[in-house]
Amino acid sequence: MSALNERTERYYTLYKDNIKRISESSSPYINSFREAAIGRFNELGIPTKKNETYKYTSLDTFFNHDFKSCFIPVAQDFVKAEEFRCDVTDLDAHGIVLLNGFYPTIHDKLRELPGGIWIGSLNEAAKKFSKKIEMHYGKYAEDDKDGLVHLNTAMASDGVFIYVPEDVVLKKPIQIVNLVQSDEDIFNQHRNLIIVEKNADVTLIVCDHTLSPQKFLTNGVTEIYVGENSHFDIIRVQNEHNNAGKITHTFIHQERNSVASSNNITLHGGLVRNSTHHYLGGEGAESYSYGLYLADKFQHVDNYVNVNHAFPNCTSNQLFKGVLDDMATGAFNGRIFVRKDAQGTLAYQKNSSILLTDDAKMDTKPQLEIYADDVRCSHGATVGQLDENALFYLQSRGINKREARLMLMFGFAHDVIQNIKVEALRERMDNLVMQRLKGELSRCASCMVKCG
Amino acid sequence: MLAIENLKVEIDGKKILKGISLEVKAGEIHAIMGPNGSGKSTLAAVLAGREFAMVTEGTVTYMGKNLLDMPPEERSKEGIFLGFQYPIEIPGVSMVNFMKTAVNEHRKHKGLEPLSASDFLKMMRDKKELVEIDSKLANRSVNEGFSGGEKKKNEIFQMAMLEPELAILDETDSGLDIDALRIVANGVNRIKRPDTSAIVITHYQRLLDFIVPDVVHVLYDGRIVKTAGKELAHELEKKGYDWIKKEVDKNNLS
Repeated sequence: MSALNERTERYYTLYKDNIKRISESSSPYINSFREAAIGRFNELGIPTKKNETYKYTSLDTFFNHDFKSCFIPVAQDFVKAEEFRCDVTDLDAHGIVLLNGFYPTIHDKLRELPGGIWIGSLNEAAKKFSKKIEMHYGKYAEDDKDGLVHLNTAMASDGVFIYVPEDVVLKKPIQIVNLVQSDEDIFNQHRNLIIVEKNADVTLIVCDHTLSPQKFLTNGVTEIYVGENSHFDIIRVQNEHNNAGKITHTFIHQERNSVASSNNITLHGGLVRNSTHHYLGGEGAESYSYGLYLADKFQHVDNYVNVNHAFPNCTSNQLFKGVLDDMATGAFNGRIFVRKDAQGTLAYQKNSSILLTDDAKMDTKPQLEIYADDVRCSHGATVGQLDENALFYLQSRGINKREARLMLMFGFAHDVIQNIKVEALRERMDNLVMQRLKGELSRCASCMVKCG
Repeated sequence: MLAIENLKVEIDGKKILKGISLEVKAGEIHAIMGPNGSGKSTLAAVLAGREFAMVTEGTVTYMGKNLLDMPPEERSKEGIFLGFQYPIEIPGVSMVNFMKTAVNEHRKHKGLEPLSASDFLKMMRDKKELVEIDSKLANRSVNEGFSGGEKKKNEIFQMAMLEPELAILDETDSGLDIDALRIVANGVNRIKRPDTSAIVITHYQRLLDFIVPDVVHVLYDGRIVKTAGKELAHELEKKGYDWIKKEVDKNNLS
């Protein structure tokens, strides 16, 4: 092995120091991935701006920080987290509370929801659903060039497992509230696996909140399998403080005639980097990738989307919008890859940003690689200010400038929110966005977890 | 109600209005006509508070107050309404939310409580009927995807909701077929009360068949060059603007 740079070395050391503890609680199958993964991580290292997909995002502030340890939860951590779980009200959703991305393993490590859906700890599921895990785990997270995905495969000690059997239609969404809380600065890696068998229909909403002011760095990987003819929507609401770094890698594998959507709503966070990979792995599949980013101060939000059209007659659509204030920066890189035999592909992409100040900055880059000839693809990007004409129009009806600006920003953001299918959820998101734009958001008012 | 005195306005250093004086009394309807580029729309924009136009000289007094000191929203709440020549599309902002916010801002200004949701919806319904606007339009985003005629009707609908003291209609008739024109004009007539006033800016006399003015002004090259009764509109329709241009240019030479 060639000499590692100092930063990669540090994470390799973290691996060596902790791998015994991590492996003890994991299944042999999950452990079987670790050695190759850390080897690949050592080759690739922590991504820098030289990595094409991280061109506009520096991870330095967070990865140069000396996190003393990686977070491996023990039962007593959850006891502490329970204190924050004061009042869980059932808001037309099936609610689950996580701590730093981990399913509480004090009581039931795996629990059954209506319709035979199972949700719980990945490690626990590896016992009960070992065949399913072996069929799906590690099969979709295959971004070979991103060292962070490999670091996660090597070190993640646990995460959330969701299993949706065939033909299950769940009207209420599943809501996961992830509390980010610790007494010390932590580096936190969890690994999720979601299996949706055929003909099912499920919506999942995941909300991240930081509850303590420590420095956090999260590097999470989620693998999602969407079976034939199923519908699956995942909505992420990211609301973390300026000292929190959040890196998510989501891999959605779709079978034929399935419809899947991902919606990353970034309301707050120091550094946010979402990479969302859509693999259209069967004819007639449809994939939708949405994102909304609202950033201010020195925040940075980067969305990387990779849509892979591997089969004919699939449809994909990307819509990412954002408002950047103060010195905030943003990046969007949307890749559409159409394989040679993926004829009849429809693939669209749009990214629009509003910069409220001269210092805010947005980098946007479409990336189309098309090897089939019968396809329809389009992409468009705009970066601009609030429309002065629209502002005047609203003012001329008696609406003051501040309110008029809010209405315009809200209207701009609503374009993304309106794609949420569940009406109650859509309204809640609209409210959250409005609060955020007004600068009134600390905790999401409609959150099922009422803290303090 | 409104007194404009020697108003001079520049846009990007170019003199657009070169000394306009005009007085509109309560209850009066004034028509401002004139060829393209004479400064009609700039005058409307300045009265509504558009910032791109810079007032270099002159005063505008509205109800005894200095109008030029007020931000656009203040002017609106004080009773001035501008009907836009090109209404703006605002995706994502619903007509209901837009109008509810506007109406309640006006009510707050008058020291009134905000309207309840049901009272507001009833008001929307009544005013929609008044201006014969398709009720589906109210459920959509502001002007988004509206046809030219629908946009103009929507302007009159907003005017009906806000009940202004002084309406300034900037070429509200342009691009309308005769049926839409009649609906728009009827709307304006129904909204008008005996003590409210209007400034109607138009190219064409045909709107003035429906909204009958008390006074007609001709604006040319940044000045009001002719003021007369409603018969002037007919004369302009027949003879065009060339004779006025000639008259003005001749005077300028001599």
